[in-house]
Amino acid sequence: MAFESLSEKFQLLFKKMRRETTLNEKNMADALREIRVALLEADVNYKVVKNFVEEVKKKALGQEVYLKVNPGEMLIKICHDELVELLGSEETEIHYKKAGLTTIMLVGLQGSGKTTTAGKLAKRMKEKLHKKVLLAGLDVYRPAALDQLGAIAKKIDVDFFEMGTNVNPLLIAQKAKEKAENEKYDVLILDTAGRLQIDELLMKELQNIIDEVHPEESLLLVDAMAGQDAVNVAKAFHEQVPLSGVIMSKLDGDAKGGSALSIKYISGLPIKFVGTGEKLDALEEFYPDRMADRILGMGDVVSLVEKAKEVIDEKEAEREGRKLLQGDFTLEDMVHQMKMVQRLGSLGSIMKMIPGMPSLTEEQKSSAEKEMKVFENIINSMTPYERKHPECLKNSRKMRIAKGSGMTNADVNRVLKKYERTRDMMKQMKSMKGGGLPPGFGGFRR
Amino acid sequence: MGLFRYLKEKFSKNRSEEKKEETKLYQQGMAKSRSAFAGKLKELNKRYQKVDSAYFEELEEILIEADVGVDLTLRLVEELLEKSEKENIHDPNVLEEELVDLMFVGYVEKGEGVINEIHYAKDSPTVLLMEGVNGVGKTTTIAKLAYRALKQGKKVLLVAADTFRAGAKEQLSIWAERLGVEIVLGKDGADPASLCFEGAKKALAEHVDLLIVDTAGRLQNKANLMAELGKMKKVLGREIPGAPHETFLVIDATTGQNGVSQARAFKEVSDVTGIVITKMDGTSKGGIILSIRDELGVPVRFIGLGEKMEDLKEFDLDEYLHALLMEA
Repeated sequence: MAFESLSEKFQLLFKKMRRETTLNEKNMADALREIRVALLEADVNYKVVKNFVEEVKKKALGQEVYLKVNPGEMLIKICHDELVELLGSEETEIHYKKAGLTTIMLVGLQGSGKTTTAGKLAKRMKEKLHKKVLLAGLDVYRPAALDQLGAIAKKIDVDFFEMGTNVNPLLIAQKAKEKAENEKYDVLILDTAGRLQIDELLMKELQNIIDEVHPEESLLLVDAMAGQDAVNVAKAFHEQVPLSGVIMSKLDGDAKGGSALSIKYISGLPIKFVGTGEKLDALEEFYPDRMADRILGMGDVVSLVEKAKEVIDEKEAEREGRKLLQGDFTLEDMVHQMKMVQRLGSLGSIMKMIPGMPSLTEEQKSSAEKEMKVFENIINSMTPYERKHPECLKNSRKMRIAKGSGMTNADVNRVLKKYERTRDMMKQMKSMKGGGLPPGFGGFRR
Repeated sequence: MGLFRYLKEKFSKNRSEEKKEETKLYQQGMAKSRSAFAGKLKELNKRYQKVDSAYFEELEEILIEADVGVDLTLRLVEELLEKSEKENIHDPNVLEEELVDLMFVGYVEKGEGVINEIHYAKDSPTVLLMEGVNGVGKTTTIAKLAYRALKQGKKVLLVAADTFRAGAKEQLSIWAERLGVEIVLGKDGADPASLCFEGAKKALAEHVDLLIVDTAGRLQNKANLMAELGKMKKVLGREIPGAPHETFLVIDATTGQNGVSQARAFKEVSDVTGIVITKMDGTSKGGIILSIRDELGVPVRFIGLGEKMEDLKEFDLDEYLHALLMEA
């Protein structure tokens, strides 16, 4: 696999600079060139690559190199972290209106996956968020496009609205919105026809629809296989039809999907979801770190550096642990500890990662992340007093916390159980007067 | 230049009146691709009285942004640089011609100069299998190829072997109706290979000239779906000797570096005989076809330059490179 040879190339490249302790212009040159090629081969736009590599270089200059790695590996790690930051965004969920109908419009080039994604979004909203969804077919141009959406709607048991192919899409949008509002739907998804961003007539059509129905979200579909021009397409769409985000389709293929970076970098548009299969439940949230691994294609090198860092982190954790033994162990302390341990745990699984087979790690990571989120949500819904005095948490308080955090009573109890177990262990540790971490801290390691 | 001229004569078609008409269409279709690309190159040439290292770097940028691919681009620029030094060429306009030559010769050397038109079998229906990843425009391209064959007086039969995607067989049926050709249809989820069998039988019985098989879009890393293609191919070959006579891989012009991976995987399971590049009327340049040819030797046979039925053209390398690199 090309992926492996690239990492091997890196290992060779960096052997000669083993002994260097800081990153400088000279010892980074070869590595930067390789990173540049890797990004270009991942379809990141040429100009973006140029700027990005320059930024990474600036960030890296003078950085200390961890003991167990060499400058090149260190550089990849910096590059990876930078990628994660650039790809990330706070706004990955759909913005639903507090009350009333939320309208979502999907746009994009021909064949980018709008219709399939419309079905996936509808299924997700219906099943996960219990929304009442209406799918509307506005593609009156491609033969049988309405049949396709209709068949999908039927499959996922969501209502479908169409007016045939002899009608102006603007009118369909109007009528669909009318129906959705009258019949108290939560969400209306408009599936528009594929179009070129330079097709003035069809772009005008989109603008008219926007002016008429004012969608809360206008999402651009981008094919993971898209090349250098994808960023120009996104830019042109965004200039003519204000977009609120991007969905990347066909990420279950072996394309790297580098245009996600270009688009985020140039337009700032958040990537909200990724399509990972032909089945209608194959729509996932976007995780910047996974995307960074994929674009760089050097997840194994990144993990190596992480491991080197782990040594440092473990020392840090030990220090923290000792500090904790001095005072009372509160719920806040537990979240803090869990975050640290979780980090180590997921690093462990990165190490096991086989190039080209990241899905195992992703699942593990995401379930740990989800669990973490549950704990955080629950604890965030407590008052400061409750966090310091968990013993005051009786039924009514628990119910309020469950409601406030969107979790169940059972979740709240689970958090408290976990807290009690850990606290008891802390007490034991204290009485032993020893150092080290209580064994319960490993609970998040998978 | 001698070799280039020779190859060019061999590879390009003679210019007739008809040809001139086609050239015009070609240029119109690629106008947007071309204007961005050639505009840049022209601007580049204007800015540089004499070439220097910055010139070559910008050239590299232009090629990579056309999705030509890093490896091939670096090689081309390297060769051009060498040539410029060895032969003391510093005029950007001359170098530009040299670059076209390099790309042209490079393409031609990678395989036989084939005739792009569909190769018809002598004593049986000719079977054309159409394949590609999802959303590249297979079904629309089939309609255009059928239209083309009909204009040449051929009897055409379509097989809707995409039984997976919702609305796929309806889409092809609408085209069949518009074109007035027959179509073999199955139920949703039916075995594509059994439809191939049915199609081949019908083609033989009714003395069809061209049988075009539409297949479901599939990503090339899905092993079982790729194996399904192999099975369809086998069934076709069992019913009609030598079938499929042509296997076209459809590639979307917006495709980036993944195009090479696509061509490699599809070639492995189904002996791709040519590529149809679609959606060239957008702003993408489709440079990946040069990398595909470079690495795998697969030739481009047809090029989609617009939405109309007659906008599918035989691929002409000379036209393509010139339209891509300079004002035609």
